[in-house]
Amino acid sequence: MSETSTPSPSRDTTDTGPASGRVGDRVFLGISRGAALTILAILAGVAIFLTAEGIPGITASPDEVKSGESFPSFVLPLVFGTLWSATLALVIAVPLAVAVALFVTYYVPRRLGQALGYVIDLLAAVPSVVFGLWGMRVLAGQLVGPYEWLERTLGFLPFFAGPASATGRTILTAAVVLAVMILPIVTAIAREVFRQTPVLLEEAALALGATRWEMIRTVVLPHGRSGMIGGAMLGLGRALGETMAVAMVLSASGVITLDLISSTNPSTIPANIALQFNEASGLTVNALIASGLVLFVITFAVNFAARAVVNRRKEFSGAHA
Amino acid sequence: MSTRNRSGDTLAPPPAPQRDEAALALRGWHQPRLPRGAGWYAAALAVVVASALQAGLGLPLLPSLLTGWAVLGIGLPSLSRAVEGRRKAVDRLVSIMVSSAFVLAMVPLVSILWTVVKNGLPVLSSEFFTYSMRNVVGEGGGIYHAVWGTVLITAAAAVMSVPLGLLTAIFLVEYGGDGRLAKVVRFLVDVMTGIPSIVAGLFAYALFVVFFGPGVRMGIAGAVALTVLMTPVVVRSSEEMLQLVPHELREAAYALGVPRWRTIVKVVLPTSMAGLVTGVTLAVARVIGETAPLLITVGITDSSNFTLFDGRMATLPVFTYSSIMSPGVPPEPSIARAWGAALVLMLIVMVLNLVARLVTYFFSPKGKR
Amino acid sequence: MNRTKLRAAAPLALAATVALGLSACGAGNEAGADDSATTSELSGTLNGAGASSQEAAVASWKQGFQTANPDVTVNYDPAGSGAGREQFLAGGTDFAGSDAYLDDEELAAAEKRCSSDVVEVPTYVSPIAVIYNLPGVDGLKLSPDTLGKIFAGTVTTWDDAAIKADNPDADLPSSTITPVHRSDDSGTTENFTAYLAAAGPQGWTAGEVETWPLKGGEGAQGTSGVVAAVQGGEGTIGYADASQAGDLGVASLKVGEEYVGPSPEAAAKVLDASKQKEGRGDTHIVMDIDHTTTESGVYPAVLLSYQIACLEYDDEAKADLVKGWLSYVASSDGQKAAAEGAGSAPLTSALEERMTGIVDGISAK
Repeated sequence: MSETSTPSPSRDTTDTGPASGRVGDRVFLGISRGAALTILAILAGVAIFLTAEGIPGITASPDEVKSGESFPSFVLPLVFGTLWSATLALVIAVPLAVAVALFVTYYVPRRLGQALGYVIDLLAAVPSVVFGLWGMRVLAGQLVGPYEWLERTLGFLPFFAGPASATGRTILTAAVVLAVMILPIVTAIAREVFRQTPVLLEEAALALGATRWEMIRTVVLPHGRSGMIGGAMLGLGRALGETMAVAMVLSASGVITLDLISSTNPSTIPANIALQFNEASGLTVNALIASGLVLFVITFAVNFAARAVVNRRKEFSGAHA
Repeated sequence: MSTRNRSGDTLAPPPAPQRDEAALALRGWHQPRLPRGAGWYAAALAVVVASALQAGLGLPLLPSLLTGWAVLGIGLPSLSRAVEGRRKAVDRLVSIMVSSAFVLAMVPLVSILWTVVKNGLPVLSSEFFTYSMRNVVGEGGGIYHAVWGTVLITAAAAVMSVPLGLLTAIFLVEYGGDGRLAKVVRFLVDVMTGIPSIVAGLFAYALFVVFFGPGVRMGIAGAVALTVLMTPVVVRSSEEMLQLVPHELREAAYALGVPRWRTIVKVVLPTSMAGLVTGVTLAVARVIGETAPLLITVGITDSSNFTLFDGRMATLPVFTYSSIMSPGVPPEPSIARAWGAALVLMLIVMVLNLVARLVTYFFSPKGKR
Repeated sequence: MNRTKLRAAAPLALAATVALGLSACGAGNEAGADDSATTSELSGTLNGAGASSQEAAVASWKQGFQTANPDVTVNYDPAGSGAGREQFLAGGTDFAGSDAYLDDEELAAAEKRCSSDVVEVPTYVSPIAVIYNLPGVDGLKLSPDTLGKIFAGTVTTWDDAAIKADNPDADLPSSTITPVHRSDDSGTTENFTAYLAAAGPQGWTAGEVETWPLKGGEGAQGTSGVVAAVQGGEGTIGYADASQAGDLGVASLKVGEEYVGPSPEAAAKVLDASKQKEGRGDTHIVMDIDHTTTESGVYPAVLLSYQIACLEYDDEAKADLVKGWLSYVASSDGQKAAAEGAGSAPLTSALEERMTGIVDGISAK
């Protein structure tokens, strides 16, 4: 979208337009404001209904739910698995996404870069169930060999202690799938951020004789830091909440372990809900909903923080431009 | 260690810093360079090495690729360092890393497309599209019921979220301005785009449980869940589109004494129509592949069900999931159907994306392409 | 506004038209009643929910029953045994499928819900096979104690002395054993652990459970997940419905002094060897499987699943439907269909007769 010659509409004319006082306008304003309030109500509703249905699950005594555990000891391994897999995914995806964004922005001709950007966006169009299908039937099998190699050579690290999974359906595989899934959004935001780098600064650096990498390191990356942090956090939010891919790829046992390649893996909140929900009854359903509430709180906090970072940046660069 | 501090001796082109005349005289203008296209030669060599190792010596794919890459990623920068100096070498190294990152990112995409097409294409047949799974055991059967379920539930979600999202966007752009409500709504809509889909599903379930009791499964609950996911996307894209409408158009209408609401309906909306349709199509494309919320609110069935308010419905994503996770005996036909359904689902999403782009391309105001 | 919505809905309308174009009305295989000239008097919808273990069998039964009675639609929601019983007790469904019979408390609630006696019949018996993937080793034999130790994680390599004792002739590698278990709640796990707890108490101490109790080993979702995991790795061992074993290695289990493989016949025999649960009325055929039997040719690790219904329904049509359904399920035709479609063990004819007698008693009030 070109942003030239389109001044944003003035925003303080609620009561001063030529139509002020007319019935039609009041009705229309009422309806559209009502819609905005409805959205807030929905968001509040999500929190309220999850809490209402979740509380019986939190207070349920251990013998009333299938897991046979009190809510904290039921949800804690899941929280760990959720955070752990999302963090791993982030560690894999962010450097890759930044590099890809640099590549399409600075290393190929502009037109080609745009086309390649679309291709990366294609990844975002793949439904998560297809990622799951691919992860469990293709990727997991391919990673068995590398995992065995990791166990042999790096087995002294707790992450690769093994014994290596014979099926490859480990938390690391799940994290790789998650990384692929969040790659498009992190890349898109990084591209957006890089595009906002003042061209004058870039050209000045090049004119001073900096190589392309020196220009990127001294101008582009510092300028885009906060934007990239925000993008990474948005990616984190996605990874935390991703359900189907993890549910289908991971062989979960509900343990807490740092081992990335063994066949005994922690589960995640969303995957656990998807796998257990249809066969749950009674208070077990409430316990699952309560775990969903925990997930909601976590992702809400992450997204809240991410948006705050991204938005602050937007205002800053907006004032700059 | 930053180059900026030490750049005095290596920033080669003029004007040369005075204190390093000697170094300049040595290298300076005549600093040797690798021939143009050295990168491409190195890449070609890497490909040759990799394929030689794999095909010729029969090494596994991954080690061969890594060795091939090492030829490029370590060889070229080392050569460059010897010939062109450290800064050039680092630059080359980064270029190689960044390009490799892109290639690496392409691998899963290509692999996904390839496996889905390879496994899904043989399944597609007229029976696959016109049969449901009712009374089907083993081979045969199709996704007729699932396609219908997906269309109906997504349509219901669109019917709810498009007016809601569009009106909210109108409020934000035309009325809300920088008011406090608008700011809060804008921010929370952003946050809402990050709600995990399973949470939206749980919300819909919790909502419907209140009215219909435990174990409720119906299409409309799935549509509600999708609405929660779809509305913020519609708001964001519509808001962006409405903001692109030149303010002069609005003012021209006001000047003619047209009321504000008629200006919106008759001027603003038609002008931004292409963008709005694009946004809605992309929003539909985003939710049509959602699995988790439908899995827990709508479930799966093997017969056609055209009623959103009565019991389980099949949908393409959930059909794919359940076909792979609980195939019957023998499992092969069911797994094949899962790939077929995955292919159809991906085609639908791709087509929607394509339609969205085409709408922007053909119907957006001239000069805005 | 109208135009906006219309135009915005255009892509959807397009999608709908495409779908419509595929087939004008109804799926190709969902023929209406008028298409077939059967003389069935049954019509209506029968709703059931419960054990997912019966799902494949129910699919076969639905096929047979709905083909014979084109006006009937049977819905079976594989929501799990617990959910199935719960929904039946709450009156939400007409019958339930369950891997466990009703306990006394549930029975009282069920009698209240029906305001009549309750029908409880075993409809689905299937051997649980111990499947493994160990190239070069065919016909693995295991005693229940060793099996329990493998799944409990105390026997960790294939050349362990305990396994060697059962297989003196086999060439066992020294590789690690990866036991694969169900990560979801399942009747298969419940019946398998019941067998381990009863027959191999030396090796298995975690008791009879529906959810896998230990943290070790590899968890897999659903029967197909276990099969896929065992197929996918080497040195893996798991348990799954025998019909799903495919071309994987299947271990024989030690019963008495011999080793028995999971054939349908051997599984059906265990019902004859087992005792009826006492204190139940005439309309109940419920039994506690005797896992420790030493009788020859019996395979003791089986999954036994029931269907539960009321003896009397308020509504004549509903009563006829349930009666028709259960009669078909209990008939030799029905059992044969399930054996073909789901690989279950057909019930012995004596049991079939008893069931038919009970089911015939289903009526309206």
